[in-house]
Amino acid sequence: MTESGKIAVIGDIDSALAFRAVGADTFEADENSAKTVLKNKVKSGEYAIIFVTEQLAAIMPEELEELKNLTYPCVIPIPSCLGSTGYGETSIRRDVEKAIGADILGD
Amino acid sequence: MARLNVNPTRMELRRIKDRLQTAVKGHKLLKDKSDEMVRRFMELIRENKRLRRELETELSDALRAFMLARASSDEASVVQAIAVPSKRVDVTCETRSIMGVDVPSVKIESRGDAELPYALPSVTGELDLSVMKLSALTEKLLRLAEVEKACNMLANEVVKNRRRVNALEYVMIPDCEETIKYIMMKLDENERSTQIRLMKVKSMIDNANNV
Repeated sequence: MTESGKIAVIGDIDSALAFRAVGADTFEADENSAKTVLKNKVKSGEYAIIFVTEQLAAIMPEELEELKNLTYPCVIPIPSCLGSTGYGETSIRRDVEKAIGADILGD
Repeated sequence: MARLNVNPTRMELRRIKDRLQTAVKGHKLLKDKSDEMVRRFMELIRENKRLRRELETELSDALRAFMLARASSDEASVVQAIAVPSKRVDVTCETRSIMGVDVPSVKIESRGDAELPYALPSVTGELDLSVMKLSALTEKLLRLAEVEKACNMLANEVVKNRRRVNALEYVMIPDCEETIKYIMMKLDENERSTQIRLMKVKSMIDNANNV
């Protein structure tokens, strides 16, 4: 399968605006609208990669878990302009725990 | 362990023996697959962790710089400069198979060659710097997206595979073995009873002849 896709960034206005400058499609969202925005973008099928700020990703874990089984789109949490909350790393640890049965990554 | 619900006949015995053989073979293959998948997964997850650590600091820095730059110049001009970017970043999506799991593989495809997507005099130099920092991170971000997605998918697949291995090892194989044992005992029992019946009949005939 070869097709082209777009990159979307969903986040608060400060984080989203910065990504617009580098050429991604950006969508502002807050805690209330994040789920709807994400759902719409996934449904549109235009986006291959959707970056979501950690703050927003943290409030919709079920939605992200559901999307993990599909090859596309990749929904990836990224730190926002407020800095990293550690959500991304926690989700890596969760994956390890799921696959191996224990967190063996160390520090 | 529960015995399978079958008639104790030779035909069933043969069928279940075949099934057991397949199950044992499948169990071995799946176990090997599981081992290899975990090995690949560990490689990927280490890379994932390294990339994420690096990116998180760099990206936070870049975004913070952007926010500061935005604060130091007036709101409208920044939004105006950025609102219609002359540059676009798209990706070409392909899939690549890791142990039968289709994971994404993306290639960057940017259009517009301007390093900065706006006219230089319109905004401050800090904004230029932060945007350039961010542009430099794009490729790494995509790499992270690719690796992280692969990890997510592999983790799910490892779990699924482990369930299959366990189901074969602890349910299917013991069930088959027990059923085989049960059928063999039943058949032996039948054979013995036939033998005894024949002996009994023979002795009855002998007795009748002697009288």
